[in-house]
Amino acid sequence: MSTTAATPAKPRLKTSAMIASFADPGQKTAPAPFGHALVKAAQENEKIVGLTADLGKYTDMHIFAQAYPERFFQMGMAEQLLFGAAAGMAQTGLVPFASTYSVFAARRAYDFLCLDAAEPNLNVNIVGGLPGLTTGYGPSHQATEDMAIFRGMPNLTIVDPCDSVDIEQAVPQLAASEGPTYLRLLRGNVPTVLDEYGYTFELGKAKVLRGGADVVFVSSGLMTMRALQAAKDLAAHNVDVAVVHTPTIKPFDAETVLAEVNTDRLVVTLENHTVIGGLFETVAAEVVKAGLGKRIVPVALPDEFLHAGALPTLHERYGLSVDRIIATVLGELEV
Amino acid sequence: MTLTTSIHSPETTESRRERVEAAAYRIRHYGLNMGEVQGQGYVGQALGAADMFAAVYADQLRHRPEDPEWEGRDRFLLSTGHYAIGHYAALAEAGIVPVEELDTYGSDDSRLPMSGMSTYTPGMEISGGSLGHGLTIAVGTALGLRYQGSEARVFNFLSDGELDEGSTWEAAMGASHHQLGNLTAMVDINALQADGKTDSVLRTEPVADKWAACGWFVQRVDGNDMGALLAAFDAAAAQAGPEGKPSVILCDTKVGRGVPLLENREKAHFMRIEEHEWQLCREQLTAGYEGETK
Repeated sequence: MSTTAATPAKPRLKTSAMIASFADPGQKTAPAPFGHALVKAAQENEKIVGLTADLGKYTDMHIFAQAYPERFFQMGMAEQLLFGAAAGMAQTGLVPFASTYSVFAARRAYDFLCLDAAEPNLNVNIVGGLPGLTTGYGPSHQATEDMAIFRGMPNLTIVDPCDSVDIEQAVPQLAASEGPTYLRLLRGNVPTVLDEYGYTFELGKAKVLRGGADVVFVSSGLMTMRALQAAKDLAAHNVDVAVVHTPTIKPFDAETVLAEVNTDRLVVTLENHTVIGGLFETVAAEVVKAGLGKRIVPVALPDEFLHAGALPTLHERYGLSVDRIIATVLGELEV
Repeated sequence: MTLTTSIHSPETTESRRERVEAAAYRIRHYGLNMGEVQGQGYVGQALGAADMFAAVYADQLRHRPEDPEWEGRDRFLLSTGHYAIGHYAALAEAGIVPVEELDTYGSDDSRLPMSGMSTYTPGMEISGGSLGHGLTIAVGTALGLRYQGSEARVFNFLSDGELDEGSTWEAAMGASHHQLGNLTAMVDINALQADGKTDSVLRTEPVADKWAACGWFVQRVDGNDMGALLAAFDAAAAQAGPEGKPSVILCDTKVGRGVPLLENREKAHFMRIEEHEWQLCREQLTAGYEGETK
């Protein structure tokens, strides 16, 4: 039987693979910014150690493990042990960074982070991969409610970085800050965006990245990248958009955000998270506390278990894509 | 016989046992006093585990009472937060907490809350209470101390009910995998948990086989037999080191031990004692102790 006839290649489909990039084609990126930033921080602080729960390769912790094998501790697929052990290490004076996926950090091992690290206010730094909708793998791995879960934990600092610049600058500040922290990790080839805005990350601070007369975007995480692109594109519609980036979700920089919100402009919050309990509700609570009586339009994931699928498909479906953001804004302005 | 493993000046096996039994007697006495102030509490557990606390604080632990945070100290991690009543008694016996402060147990603004918390009490290394945490923290403490070149040992007190928690077994595997020879777990097997007898709530036996299967050096003793307890601690210490098998001492104990009135009462996680019974309990405790030591 002849086997010389080549099987025609199947058309390449968009998939729901666990590991996917949300970088736009041709976008400037940096490889494994968290892993390299941790190595750099560890060069200056010998107390820094790294732990993971069988997800070193998928949280960029492997970069640290290769650089400092004696300072890296593999805990196995055991997230409760991961957080308890990180707390035990912090009690001996070390500064642990412990990585897993955000779903396991928030849903599975909450009690251990809460009581072992947060109650004694230990310097335990949790690094959560696949926050929000950054995988098309389905609800088992999509941590769409991680901030909602974690915001109620006293003492915990929550950071939702936009890009490689945020991550590189946040890591040493997380190590230096007292108390536990949670970093919503962006891994692999991470877009580099904020270098064009004269920006520096300051723990606990929001930053106005650009001004605009018609609309104010208040955004965190990768949605700041989308917000900046949407702001550029909206200029073609004669809509002038300001962007305020709030990488620290808790403690929240209400002063900076309220100063921007308290105008006649349309206010839109943008987050890679369910509309329940994340950035939108954080901003809304501050607006109500200040008595501003201001309407806010949320761009956020719906209060649903999300579909499996390719990330671009899902970001479009659930309203996180630049095109959907533009449509939302134009609809609100009835342009 | 002269002991080489004791941290105290050379003493005979007999005098050592008597010294630690005297500490256990005082711990039980303090436990009863604390229970009376509250009118309730985990007195049964304090009495049952008093010998374990005494063996640790009067014999095993290298620490400095005047400096509870001394860097070189051995760590004692109380996973079962509700055993704090016994732990506070041991801290008083060890000179870390003033004896008179025990009267504040469980009261508003006390440093001695009902459930042990590191943020409240000197010498309390962790905040227990949510069961199944202690051994996970102990793994990190042992790893952290070893990584920093410390020779300090880590002791974790847990209970048989706590063996229901899966995290305990995550930690048991982790300790073995990382060869934490500087870690000793002690399990109070009083066969009782919140909803009833352990074997009716969730069967944990064969307990020794489970620990052995996880790669631990396992000993099982009568946890109210001081001679047996000290021998087990010696055997654990003899094979302790920066690397090696972690060690577990499974201690079968009797709730209410040392006070016949309570030993024979229907066993309950939270033991009720009438107001007029506290003095009777103390008298029975003292009579029993003096009878044994005569």
